[in-house]
Amino acid sequence: MRAFTTLTGIAAPLPQANVDTDKIIPARFLKTIARTGLGKNLFANVRYREDGSENPDFILNREPYRQSEILIAYENFGCGSSREHAPWALLDFGIRCVIAPDFGDIFHNNSFKNGILPIRLPRAICEQLMEDAKLGANARLTVDLERQVVVRPNGEEIPFEVDAFRKHLLLNGLDDIGQTMQRAPAIDGFEAKQRAAQPWLYA
Amino acid sequence: MTETRPRTLFDKIWDAHVVEALPDGTAILYIDKHLTHEVTSPQAFEALRAAGRKVRRPDATIAVVDHNIATDASRYGTIEDPESRQQVETLERNVAEFGVPYIPLTDARQGIVHVIGPELGLSLPGMTIVCGDSHTSTHGALGALAFGIGTSEVEHVLATQTLLQKPAKNMRVTVDGTLPVGCTAKDIVLAIIGHIGTAGGNGHVIEYAGEAIRALDMAGRMTVCNMSIEAGARAGMVAPDQTTFDYVKGRPFAPKGEAFDSAVAWWSTLPSDPGAHFDREVRLDAAQIIPQVTWGTSPEDVLPITGVVPNPADQADEAKRAQVQRMLDYMGLTPGQRLQDLKVDVVFIGSCTNSRIEDLRVAASIARGRKVADGVRALVVPGSGLVKAQAESEGLNRVFRDAGFEWREAGCSMCLGMNPDKLKPGQRCASTSNRNFEGRQGPGGRTHLLSPAMAAAAALAGRLADVRDFQPKGA
Ligand code: SF4
Repeated sequence: MRAFTTLTGIAAPLPQANVDTDKIIPARFLKTIARTGLGKNLFANVRYREDGSENPDFILNREPYRQSEILIAYENFGCGSSREHAPWALLDFGIRCVIAPDFGDIFHNNSFKNGILPIRLPRAICEQLMEDAKLGANARLTVDLERQVVVRPNGEEIPFEVDAFRKHLLLNGLDDIGQTMQRAPAIDGFEAKQRAAQPWLYA
Repeated sequence: MTETRPRTLFDKIWDAHVVEALPDGTAILYIDKHLTHEVTSPQAFEALRAAGRKVRRPDATIAVVDHNIATDASRYGTIEDPESRQQVETLERNVAEFGVPYIPLTDARQGIVHVIGPELGLSLPGMTIVCGDSHTSTHGALGALAFGIGTSEVEHVLATQTLLQKPAKNMRVTVDGTLPVGCTAKDIVLAIIGHIGTAGGNGHVIEYAGEAIRALDMAGRMTVCNMSIEAGARAGMVAPDQTTFDYVKGRPFAPKGEAFDSAVAWWSTLPSDPGAHFDREVRLDAAQIIPQVTWGTSPEDVLPITGVVPNPADQADEAKRAQVQRMLDYMGLTPGQRLQDLKVDVVFIGSCTNSRIEDLRVAASIARGRKVADGVRALVVPGSGLVKAQAESEGLNRVFRDAGFEWREAGCSMCLGMNPDKLKPGQRCASTSNRNFEGRQGPGGRTHLLSPAMAAAAALAGRLADVRDFQPKGA
């Protein structure tokens, strides 16, 4: 996993609540067996017209937002299915950070596993950042994970919370499977105890 | 464990599965059962292979195909769509290489992963159960901690049989009273989501309790737990009781004989202790529920069938006004229209929410001796091959066919636009599935969520209808 330290980039405003995973990437694009190449399908149902051409009204089809690395949205971003194709599509497009008042739980989890930082900030602050984002290329946001701040174009710093363990993994680009594998003796011990108490769980 | 504070059902299962707690509260949580399917597993197996890792517990893992497959006879030939075919073939290669038990399409037990888990006794009370699929919450009906995970986590479980998790918060939804005639578990859960909203359960595990929940059979409890994710919850659960034990007993993979008795002894200790702490409590009165139907593109946009399409102008804040307008535009609705006047093009009875034998019986009782309205395409898709066989042995297939419904093979079907069963743009569908998101059943498709009984009524009426106007006719 690519480490996430600081990011300065263009933020795209997506002033909607309940942006669900079917919207982020419709099910017909889940037929891939790869993790990459999904960026072109990001938000496909709203990003393209029926004839396949780009919908010029959609934010990510406009300059400078084609280069967006940050997305600002409202409540419950990423609700719906467990599809990791949602963060894969965002990442493949170039988005490394999503800021919203809250997130669907599984999406939130999946994002960290792919080096995308989901940041929870209150609605009122998201509204401010949404205004910043509307300024386009003139308004780059900086996200500093180490210091846990979002820096607005006017220099104001907005602190955010992040889980300490996830921050550690993200800052260092660590693979959590490798981390857990180091705890194999503890897992062996758990299994031995469980097998004795509940043998029916073991074939 | 020397735990003495009163604990919830969730707390007890959680505590029993912590391998190790890290200083910040994250736990290495042991997973008892891992269900996999073709859509969310290929990248996980691929990563295992790349890292030279094995599946730690093939005996605790099972794979099945459900999302991509056709639900007509064509499925037994070559899968037409090359990408769907590749996903199915990839799963078959992966299970062979990693030694994972597999239920292929040709097996009588094949079906939707969340239907076959409980049905085969793979999912049991007290277990931690995961699957790369958000509706894994279904299995919580057994009194298990069951939740959906992403593909990276699928890989984590395959490699280590554990997950890194932080404990969820506890929420209890108590549904008192008795359900009125015409209402079912689906109406309960839609009413709950309408009440707390699609983000209402975020960060929580919901325990469903109360008289109306206790009175539900296991299929009904599964319907309720299934849609916990639509309320934003990580999982839904119902405490195991005699209904649960009777359901589990004798299922193929359930413990037998003495093992069953000792399992029941443990399962009986799981219900929440009196005085256990819930971070949030919600109460509903079942007697007040009227058959529910969604009108918008989020499951929280739900109303009694007696209602009318809402008016954006009635919304206090501007963002909400715009959101309602957007939904009405997408759904092709006008404020003030009676929900019962909305003509439907398609009716879908199926999905892991409502495709069990109990669901099909209710739908058949409404359809019996009546006809699907002209111009309506109505599908009944059993949740598994075993459900299908059971329904056929009861003659339900004939009831449906005689009424003009299509009787299909088991699979996810029209729940999501990923296999040949899809809505066409602009089509309006009365659906027993769980998501009415834009494009969920096919690009441009318009979904109204409701119960199997209500779906059957809609098929007969050719429009959304109040099932209470359709008394079952005798067999
Ligand atoms: S039936 Fe629908 S919700 Fe259930 S597993 Fe299949 S696609 Fe997902």
